[in-house]
Amino acid sequence: MRKTTVAALVAGLFMAVPAAHADITIGFSGVLSGPQGVLGQDQRDGFMLAMEQLGGKFGDQKVNVVIEDDQLKPDVGAQIVQKFLERDKVDAIVGLGFSNVLMAELRRIKDSGVVAIATNAGPGPVAGKLCTPNLFGVAWQNDTMSEAMGQYVQDVGHKNAYLMTSSYQAGKDKLNGFKRYFKGDIVKEVYTPLGQLDFSAEISALQAASPEALFVFYTGGTGVNFVRQLRQAGIMGKTPVYSEGMIDSNTLVSLKTQADGNIYGATWAPVLDNPQSKKFVKAFEEKYGHTPSEYAANAYDAAYLLDTAVRKLNGDVSDREAFVKAVKAAGSEFPTVRGKFAFNTNNMPVQNLYAFKAEAQGDEIVVKQIATVFTDHQDAYVSECNMK
Amino acid sequence: MNSSLFLSQLLNGLQLGVLLFLLSSGLTLIFGIMNFINLAHGSLYMVGAFVGAATYNASGSFLFSLVAAVASAAIVGLVVEHLVARPLYRHDHLYQVLATFGLMMFFNELAIVIWGNRPYFVTIPEVIRGSVEILGAQYPVYRLLIIAVGVVVAFGAWFLIQKTRFGMLVRAGTTHASMVSVLGANVDLLKKSLFMLGAALAGLAGTLAGPILSVQSGMGDPVLILALVVIVVGGIGSIRGALFAAILIAVIDTLGRAYLPQLLALALAPTAANTVGSALASMLIYLLMAFVLAFRPHGLMVSAKR
Repeated sequence: MRKTTVAALVAGLFMAVPAAHADITIGFSGVLSGPQGVLGQDQRDGFMLAMEQLGGKFGDQKVNVVIEDDQLKPDVGAQIVQKFLERDKVDAIVGLGFSNVLMAELRRIKDSGVVAIATNAGPGPVAGKLCTPNLFGVAWQNDTMSEAMGQYVQDVGHKNAYLMTSSYQAGKDKLNGFKRYFKGDIVKEVYTPLGQLDFSAEISALQAASPEALFVFYTGGTGVNFVRQLRQAGIMGKTPVYSEGMIDSNTLVSLKTQADGNIYGATWAPVLDNPQSKKFVKAFEEKYGHTPSEYAANAYDAAYLLDTAVRKLNGDVSDREAFVKAVKAAGSEFPTVRGKFAFNTNNMPVQNLYAFKAEAQGDEIVVKQIATVFTDHQDAYVSECNMK
Repeated sequence: MNSSLFLSQLLNGLQLGVLLFLLSSGLTLIFGIMNFINLAHGSLYMVGAFVGAATYNASGSFLFSLVAAVASAAIVGLVVEHLVARPLYRHDHLYQVLATFGLMMFFNELAIVIWGNRPYFVTIPEVIRGSVEILGAQYPVYRLLIIAVGVVVAFGAWFLIQKTRFGMLVRAGTTHASMVSVLGANVDLLKKSLFMLGAALAGLAGTLAGPILSVQSGMGDPVLILALVVIVVGGIGSIRGALFAAILIAVIDTLGRAYLPQLLALALAPTAANTVGSALASMLIYLLMAFVLAFRPHGLMVSAKR
């Protein structure tokens, strides 16, 4: 297990401040290595940037951050949570990785009662039947961006749509989310093996079907492959392409103008017009030299959320139940890059969902906000959760 | 069944086959003649892709980037041969697997250090960017170009192996390595040039694949598995076998993915057919390999009994 302790980095600068209570310890876990490592690194960078802006403190309490790499392995994630709880005695856990990792960590989190903030995952069960008082989804419920695209494609007036994704649970959830709001015909649902790189056969079949709209959920490098191959086949620009998870600040670096015309659903993009978002994008670009992704934005929000909650308690987080309550209340008070945010009864976000469009301007690609699809949207699972 | 769709699926298969052939021809020769398992072959493919993309972005010349990528893959191949492969020729396969597996991880991390772990930006010249119509099917020009390169390389390889002195030594080396060295041929030089040639071909495959696939650390690993399947099916040490097996496997894989779910839909419910079909389609080539191992353990086109 790779271990990086960055406690000294933020805390060391402020040694002189006398603490009324013991320091606050935050455990950060996420995928920091391997092909998906970019996502976890973005989250770590977003979180640490916020810590720096907050002076290494929540309220007037010094903060130690312990960082661990879950390697996108559920068993490693569960071990990390155990280590956070037993060895590091953390006051809150941030990150929690992908949905499959979160599901493996869930039991320990629930039993401990410690504040846990998922900055990337929001699986259906956690939003519904398995909702947990001390676990908060600060990013999104997994289905919601696809729901927004379903609604948007419906609003545009396409009569039918062709759906493609990787064959795993999240892929199925996304397509279900899309179908929840799109009322037209589904020409075909295609599930490709996870990790497939060449889509020539599927693209030829798609071409032959000539649907009115295409909706896909392919992330990271897979999405990059897919967009390139769509463009070479001459589909981009002819058939409108809607997506989720495929276009973000990271993939745009490798796609540039090849992504032109792609419309995607998201909760945040660097163009979003509010003071906190502008402050975040500017500071992030200065510090790390590239445009932040929504993964960085979510973790950045998590830090400000915790800061607000700690301030409400005047720095005393020793009572876990009170801390959990403070975090829940802080959800609608902290300064968020998304402009507006609140926790629903199931601790999942109530937030706006937008349609963004990637557009080529000369050699550059810019992202434009083209619609607010849902205002204060809540997920489809909230009624299954028995929390109030 | 739509005939123009079928045609473009065949072309898709052919194009994938060409990439697999470029990758596996080097692998099969190195394995066949030097009896050396090179798991780092996929890394040479990655080197080709990265260098090709980087030099094209910097220079704007596609031809130059192709030459630079192939040359740097060949040089890296030479260094690997000298530092890692040569001391291990006499050792057990297990040592070779361990060493080259380590190399694979080394190269993957190195790529992250140099280029970062976001997929690297690649593009191709305007002229070969679009698609053309062939008998009613829209087909990307770039993929046609890959097929053309494959035909040229296959012909070149045939000429090299069958018509030159180098090729004669290679052919002799596959079957009677010790006899060749007893007769005074410089086996050391032969091995070096063969390793370089294999690396160069892998680099070429990587450069060509770059604009289709995402260029990132670890991109060589899944392709290496396919290349290993190809050399098992084609017969170790046989270029002809590699060509035949690469195209066979690629066409089976492509057509399986395209048509198997539809065929199953005749017998099963649509959702079941879709799930079972795509799962079965991704297994097809491994089933083929299992059959070949069971009934023709030396491969379909093995050049001689060993």
